[in-house]
Amino acid sequence: MSKWKKYIIKLFLYPLFFTGLCFGMPSTVSRTIWVKSGDSLKEKIEQAEPGDTIIVRKAHYRPGNMIIQKPIVLKGLDYPVLDGEFRYEVFTIASLDVVIEGFHIINSGRSSMQDMAAIKCLDAHNVILRNNILENTFFGIHISNTNNARVECNTLRSKSTYEYEHGNGIHLWKCKDADITGNNIHGHRDGTYIEFVTHSSISENISRGNIRYGLHFMFSHDDTYRHNVFKNNGAGVAVMYTANVTMLYNSFENNWGSSAYGMLLKDIRDSHVRYNEFIANTTGIYMEGTSRTIFEHNIFRENGYAVKLMASCDGNNFQNNSFVLNTFDVSTNGLAVFNKIDGNHWDKYQGYDLNQDGYGDIAYRPVSLYSMIVEQVPPAVMLWRSFLVFLLDRAEKVLPVVTPENLKDNKPLMKSHDFYLQSE
Amino acid sequence: MSRIIKYIFYDLLRTRFILLYLVFLLISTLAMFQLDSDPGKVTMSLLNILLMIVPLVSIIFTTIHFYNSYEFMELMLAQPVNRKTVLIAQYIGVSVALAIAFLIGVGGPLLIFGGGAAGTSMILSGIMLTLVFVSLAFLASVLTSDKAKAIGGALLLWFYFSLIYDAFILWVVYNFGDYPLEKPILVLISLNPVDLARVMMLMKMDISALMGYTGAFYRQFFSSSSGILFSVVVLVFWIVIPFYCTLKVFVKKDI
Amino acid sequence: MISIYNLNKYFQVFQALKSISVDFEQGKVYALIGPNGSGKTTLIKCISGLVIPTSGRILLDNEDIIGTWKYRQKIGYMPQIGKYPDNLTIGQLFSMMKDIRSGDALMDESLYYGFRLDKLSEKRMHTLSGGTRQKVSAALAFLFNPPVLILDEPTAGLDPIASEILKEKISHEKQNGKLIIITSHIMNDLDELSTDMLYLYEGRLVYKNSIAAIKGETGEDRLGRAVMKMLINQNYEV
Repeated sequence: MSKWKKYIIKLFLYPLFFTGLCFGMPSTVSRTIWVKSGDSLKEKIEQAEPGDTIIVRKAHYRPGNMIIQKPIVLKGLDYPVLDGEFRYEVFTIASLDVVIEGFHIINSGRSSMQDMAAIKCLDAHNVILRNNILENTFFGIHISNTNNARVECNTLRSKSTYEYEHGNGIHLWKCKDADITGNNIHGHRDGTYIEFVTHSSISENISRGNIRYGLHFMFSHDDTYRHNVFKNNGAGVAVMYTANVTMLYNSFENNWGSSAYGMLLKDIRDSHVRYNEFIANTTGIYMEGTSRTIFEHNIFRENGYAVKLMASCDGNNFQNNSFVLNTFDVSTNGLAVFNKIDGNHWDKYQGYDLNQDGYGDIAYRPVSLYSMIVEQVPPAVMLWRSFLVFLLDRAEKVLPVVTPENLKDNKPLMKSHDFYLQSE
Repeated sequence: MSRIIKYIFYDLLRTRFILLYLVFLLISTLAMFQLDSDPGKVTMSLLNILLMIVPLVSIIFTTIHFYNSYEFMELMLAQPVNRKTVLIAQYIGVSVALAIAFLIGVGGPLLIFGGGAAGTSMILSGIMLTLVFVSLAFLASVLTSDKAKAIGGALLLWFYFSLIYDAFILWVVYNFGDYPLEKPILVLISLNPVDLARVMMLMKMDISALMGYTGAFYRQFFSSSSGILFSVVVLVFWIVIPFYCTLKVFVKKDI
Repeated sequence: MISIYNLNKYFQVFQALKSISVDFEQGKVYALIGPNGSGKTTLIKCISGLVIPTSGRILLDNEDIIGTWKYRQKIGYMPQIGKYPDNLTIGQLFSMMKDIRSGDALMDESLYYGFRLDKLSEKRMHTLSGGTRQKVSAALAFLFNPPVLILDEPTAGLDPIASEILKEKISHEKQNGKLIIITSHIMNDLDELSTDMLYLYEGRLVYKNSIAAIKGETGEDRLGRAVMKMLINQNYEV
């Protein structure tokens, strides 16, 4: 009996004791400060001690520029509005371990000189920016010199017509181990801009309707991009001067315009592009100076040019990709070819598979003569869809003279695997 | 004149060719819509019909018709009827018949399945091209003395506008690629109704984004009201001038 | 009624008519004769507007007709070889012609019924024999009761009965005071019908006189012989 009693006491009292410890004890270490309509948010922040949590009730605040130099947590209840009045940078964070969560930040100041942002982080390691709504800001989130930044589930909306009117949505400069996940970015200059950012992960973001690039990154090695959607951006996605990038399951859609690309690769090496979708872009992938990169299981559908492979690329390997309903599958500007394109599916392939091994019996040449001509003399594009061009392409298919002899798929896949559906 | 047109129409319907042409257009357009559900892609495929078949059928059929109705014209010219009236009636009869065939054969399916702005301008340029090539056929017919020569001439004209002229443009582009060529090429294109119609159509399709800087220039030009006016005026010239020459020759022609 | 002044016609370099000047008067029947290729048909076509003269003037009732068309109401033209739209039937052809010229004049369908074309009205033009075509051409020429009739080889190819019907019709119209111009190689027919004769040679009008005068000059009472004699006298060939 007494043994049972002891057990029951332990069972009920110990948890009570520990919960007391958990809730009661920290109150002595860090406080929770409540802010309501009429309070000065700026003063409350100044009064807060490191480790404090400030909870802001729903109201319209005009806090001016808030500089945070201690590790505190700021939380909005029901998205209180922080109005920058088109004059102030709303948050300037220069401390470790800061959390900003649940705010609706509007009308940040605009200045190209200072890169004014809604939230700016400088040397703010471990910063967490989560569930904020940023509207009509110049730069949205601007992070530099920061390790372990986490930017999660923020919504950034801006209305801009000209590049100079707006900054980038999420801007990272010189960071390490950043994690940018689940953000929704619309109407900025570049949706996400990343420079000198390494070992980071960018995933599940949606970047739509930005004036320049949906994603723009340079000198950012060893980063991974997964499950992002880049849609209707002025110029698509640009990836430059970077090594060891991994891109998986991203979707590049509807980047139409005379200088728009699904993805622009410039001086990229040793990277992996797998399971991505390129749909209805003027150019699916434009590659220049790209080396030793593997393109596998991607789908290119309804693009103007699926892949523009410039002669400066070498050692790349395209395999198991599907090319469907593109105007031109591959175009290039030189005769020398140092890339492999064996084992892809091409809907324009007209050969047969008599031995039924799943591969067409004769090689497929995805480069049309006319696309070569246009590459060399752009005004020749005016002859597009003319009978002459039709005849030239037919003749070239039979007897290749001008198109690169070696740029051909020796093992064209007869059937397209719907890789994307399998992987989902 | 309307009475003469009436008999020309009777005659055209009796040959059944126009009906055949209509059915051909209708079947191929419907087939394209069946095979491809995206109206944009269908318009692309239709462009081939528009640029190849319409000029070819228009010019050959008109030439044959001209020589087949030579007796009729001879009969008319001995009557108190103005020579110009006879020729204009012939022109109206043939071009209206061909244009209606095109309108129903291509326009009908476009109306049902929806072709958008590109569809509308496709119908318009198709009709314009029909009229242009009927004009050219009349000129070829009136300048020659027998049917075989006239058909040969008509084929040559079609070949010239569909192929040879474009080869010439390609040559120009290749040799003068280092110079800004947008405006000279615009002029060159205006000198060929097929090219003009083709470029007008391309600019109406979102595919023109593929055409780079050159495309952007033309897109801007052809979407401005002055650009549209320019191309319509040029096409009207292509209809009126050959026919005017035909009239001039015809009133002096010995039957 | 018709006055021709200094009419010239070139086909490229070949001169088919050489400065022809002649008057045709109402109520007379002119026989236009000459060897093959002498320009008879060209002259007739100039008057009926199918051939455009290179120079010169043609006046009908004192109005210049070159380049105009209304005057053709006054002319009935029967071509040497009638060409008609192949697919039309005779009935359709006549109703079309009546339709196109409706209101022009009182119709004269005597030849249409005289030649029994009404019995053939379902026949298509391309199935017709040369003779029947000639009948159609003749019937059309007289159909609109024109004051001037120009007949190019009217009796060639016609059967004897039809030929007689046509000649009777021509005589009848002569009585009605019409101007009739006939080319023919059949001298007997011309002898019966014509009042005056014109002789064309290599595009030139070399002789014109009344039939009575020719016969008187040569002392022959048959036109054929009279013409022969006259030509030999003047050193022309037939």
